[in-house]
Amino acid sequence: MADVALRDVVKRFDNVEAVRQISLDIPDKEFVVLVGPSGCGKSTTLRMIAGLEEASAGDILIDGEKVNDVPPKDRDIAMVFQNYALYPHMTVFENMSFGLRLRRFPKAQIRERVEQAAKILDITDLLERRPKQLSGGQRQRVAMGRAIVRNPKVFLFDEPLSNLDAKLRVQMRTEIKRVHQKVKTTTVYVTHDQVEAMTLADRVVVMNGGRIEQIGTPQELYHNPKTRFVAGFIGSPAMNFMPARLETNGSGLSLRVSDKLAFPVPAGRTERYRPHVGKDLTFGLRPEHITEPRGEGRDPRCEFTVNLDVVEPMGMETMVFFTVGNTEVCGRVEPTAASGPGQPMRLYANLNHMHLIDPANDQVL
Amino acid sequence: MATVTAATSVPPVRAQSARTSLQRSRRWALILSYVFLVIFAAFFLIPPYYMIVTSLKSNAEVAHLSSNPWLLSQGLTFENFRTLIEQTDFLLYFKNTVIVTVCVVVITMVVSVLAAFSLGRMKFWGSGILATGIFLTYLVPDSLLFIPLFQIVRGLGLLNSYWAMVLVYPTLTVPFCTWIMIGYFSSIPKELDEAAMIDGANHMQMLLRIFIPVALPGIIAATIFAFTVSWAAFVYPMAFLYSSDQLVLTVGTVTSLIRADVYQWGMLMAGALLAAAPPLIIYAFLMDYYIAGLTAGATKG
Repeated sequence: MADVALRDVVKRFDNVEAVRQISLDIPDKEFVVLVGPSGCGKSTTLRMIAGLEEASAGDILIDGEKVNDVPPKDRDIAMVFQNYALYPHMTVFENMSFGLRLRRFPKAQIRERVEQAAKILDITDLLERRPKQLSGGQRQRVAMGRAIVRNPKVFLFDEPLSNLDAKLRVQMRTEIKRVHQKVKTTTVYVTHDQVEAMTLADRVVVMNGGRIEQIGTPQELYHNPKTRFVAGFIGSPAMNFMPARLETNGSGLSLRVSDKLAFPVPAGRTERYRPHVGKDLTFGLRPEHITEPRGEGRDPRCEFTVNLDVVEPMGMETMVFFTVGNTEVCGRVEPTAASGPGQPMRLYANLNHMHLIDPANDQVL
Repeated sequence: MATVTAATSVPPVRAQSARTSLQRSRRWALILSYVFLVIFAAFFLIPPYYMIVTSLKSNAEVAHLSSNPWLLSQGLTFENFRTLIEQTDFLLYFKNTVIVTVCVVVITMVVSVLAAFSLGRMKFWGSGILATGIFLTYLVPDSLLFIPLFQIVRGLGLLNSYWAMVLVYPTLTVPFCTWIMIGYFSSIPKELDEAAMIDGANHMQMLLRIFIPVALPGIIAATIFAFTVSWAAFVYPMAFLYSSDQLVLTVGTVTSLIRADVYQWGMLMAGALLAAAPPLIIYAFLMDYYIAGLTAGATKG
């Protein structure tokens, strides 16, 4: 049993609160990703779990025990750093076995564990090399091997893929997921890349300005963001936001996005949105829900024609940029359906995936 | 189209003259640097050359006013070296110097490494002030410090003993060595400490098993400094040592080979050369290791 719990944890640096009352429960074997922009407090939170920073207030519990005053080496955790932090004067084998040698494990057991970890990570051939003889991806794997060999209660990853090139990053992401499936240990992973968060996590914790904005599975965060920040942070390219107003339209509602453009609100949402008629709201819709007219049974009133500003062919799909009111909006269309820049194009907005945000408190309605 | 052809026809001419003027200015820079390097090399190599030549001359030739000081005109002789080693206390001075230097280097390195690690790595209240303060003590020249130190050494009953040197030289070496090592240690990424901490190392293990191996070039640089200062120190032994059996090389050769106004040049030069030999050998040995340590990227985490 190795669950991790944070209760009202605060971290202050001089007079600045980097982490403001965070509470989080991570059950055993779960892969949790802390994601957010630079400076949101995710690395600080991770370091407090590791014991490298002291919490200014609140409790940190590992396996049900309060560990606030326990030094890192006694918390039974292992960490993988952004710049690997391998010992440059030791071979890969010595790097991986350092922790075990310090704890005076018998030699045979050390060898067995290191070889096992090396097999999982496919670095058996590199055991006698020094870090400077390894590539970035290999070094990262050695850093992971050093963590696995310790058989800790919790794995902590601090932006481990940030130093790798894009292609290697995708490869290593799959490696990490594969290793987690083999070595089922509670993992806390910090990244600023929401794609990594979505692909790796069992649950994602979105942080902003020292606070937790939302916790949920990747699907939950994608489909049901609770705040404007989460809605705009998750998903690439980011969600489109436009000012809009609700109007009554017979027994239902319609959403006026500009002088010329208004969409019918789906029937199921009428009651939810009725109290907000007439207010200034922010309308959010993901680019993948603005497409060329497709799908049987779509509402023809959701179709509209605009002049495209920019067209970006991506191969699998084409991104189209156009203006609504004063906002630039992005859509994702079939490559064959896209017209050219300056040309008009018929688009369809799938309002079943719409979000309305109250600009006063940035909460999603 | 016309503009394209025009563009392609002009650059070759310009590139040609640009290349030549670059080559010309590079050649000038090279020639000038060689000129200065030769002057510099001559400046530094002439004294040792003079020393070697003089040490190999007989006393008669040295004293002879019309002989050329730069050439051996009457054949070389090892008489000076033999007399120096057999008939003076030179070997005794050498032994004393070796004892003092080894002790001072060991004390200095132990104290400086521990101080640099704690002041540079373990953040505690006042560590910054202490580090700067230590460096500032180095700025007081030894030609002033020997006066109050004389009182202290006499009070401890160490006057006229080379162990006084072992006590006093570290005041010269520790501040500077600590300072260079604080600087060097700060270039080692903090993640290395943290990885070691998580692996289970306490501070001592972190220092001995991670820091010192990784910081070896810096430690060697500091050792070279400490060695040089101890070996070549003059003011303190001059002030605190009197009897011949306690003297070190620097003071010993000068006091025993210069009596009143009689300078035994041949033996003086021979003594100076023999005294300079150990540092030279140690430098030659350590420098390769030092440079190899730097260029091997030992500090890249």
